[in-house]
Amino acid sequence: MFLPVTLELLGGFWESLKVFLLTLAFSLPLGLLVCFGSMSKFAPLKALMRCFVWVIRGTPLMLQLIIIFYGPGLLFDLPAMPRFTATIVAFAINYACYFSEIYRGGIESIARGQYEAGQVLGLTKGQIFFKIVLPQVIKRIMAPMSNEIITLVKDTSLARIISVYEIIWAGESFIKKGLLWPLFYTGAFYLIFNGLLTVLFAKIEKKLNYYRG
Amino acid sequence: MALLQVENIKKRFGNNQVLKGISFTLERGQVLAIIGSSGSGKTTLLRCLNFLETPDEGEISVGGKPLLNLGQTLTEEQVRENRLHFGLVFQNFNLFPHYNVLENVTLAPTLLNTDTPERIKAHAMELLEQVGLANKADAYPYQLSGGQQQRVAIARAWAMHPEVLCFDEPTSALDPELTGEVLRVIKGLKGEDRTMIVVTHEMEFAKSVADVVIYMADGVIVEVGTPEEVFDHPKNEKTRAFLQGFQESF
Repeated sequence: MFLPVTLELLGGFWESLKVFLLTLAFSLPLGLLVCFGSMSKFAPLKALMRCFVWVIRGTPLMLQLIIIFYGPGLLFDLPAMPRFTATIVAFAINYACYFSEIYRGGIESIARGQYEAGQVLGLTKGQIFFKIVLPQVIKRIMAPMSNEIITLVKDTSLARIISVYEIIWAGESFIKKGLLWPLFYTGAFYLIFNGLLTVLFAKIEKKLNYYRG
Repeated sequence: MALLQVENIKKRFGNNQVLKGISFTLERGQVLAIIGSSGSGKTTLLRCLNFLETPDEGEISVGGKPLLNLGQTLTEEQVRENRLHFGLVFQNFNLFPHYNVLENVTLAPTLLNTDTPERIKAHAMELLEQVGLANKADAYPYQLSGGQQQRVAIARAWAMHPEVLCFDEPTSALDPELTGEVLRVIKGLKGEDRTMIVVTHEMEFAKSVADVVIYMADGVIVEVGTPEEVFDHPKNEKTRAFLQGFQESF
């Protein structure tokens, strides 16, 4: 039984991974936009973005999944998005808000003098941000980012609330056949994958250690 | 005509009038030393020249070209272009920690395409040679002493060919034994037709390097003249008291 169960769970984990990778691909850049919004000098935009971040971080991701999937149909009589698309939308928005706060902390930790050094050399705002500030921010936010990314791996299991197939579902489906252990076994997949991520983050942190400050 | 003309610069922060009308001129190749106690507005003046602050009133002209067009708000691009006339060496260096010494010097010329990459690099190496750090081109700022970091910052500022290079207390953040090497470098740059403004507390240095000395207090220029005039024969009572206070502290 072990091999077929493993194969089935691998199939389920692949679905979890898809949610994980797509969420990262969208939320990492989206978080930067949210971050710029919440740091904007234009007060209404700043208030709007901070309020948005408050709502998203202040409510459960599970609820957000339900609202994004069922909401358009119930409230506006619109056709529902495909389940998988709704999952990615909900996850990307949710994680973008968390990432935006990590980015904001990182950006605000860069000394004023770094901007000024770029300014007196005649660099543009964009050059100062992308060549001077952002590379230093990336190093400083590695630890909180790896935390959040590891959490995302496990959060993918929430997708099943709107019936998106993933590894927990795959494990649970064996209960009907009288097998309980496959559900416990799913933990090994998360554990191994997060172990790999931990090693990867350690490597990146080591690589960024070529300078201090 | 003077290279730099500063006319009646005023700057206020809230209720604090930091600069109360500063005017002076500087010829090409001259070194101006600005002395004065802290809070006298020296740093704010340098920050105005580098457009890190915008003066409330007054005019700054380089080579006869007015830069402020007062009454009008400068666009971001105008401010950026104005900054290219000036360079600034900061009290606490502000090197880019994630770039090595050579990259710190070549970053701005490369991003602004001032020359071909090969010539930018060759020029940067020349500058590093001049500040005595060519052998540290691959080092990162954290691996350098404060004095070495400040010398890199000087090379970085010169790499953009500013018409006037400003130094904001370049040795104040350094251990006493490291100030000499930085002052020697600044001294060495003189005479290469380089125009400099140095805000400093190093009176001996100001005496030996400056062509013109300005003593500032409470946002105004109290005294201006050659080093001999200001240091040896100060006309103003305030200048005398300031210089006396300095001698007594040593």
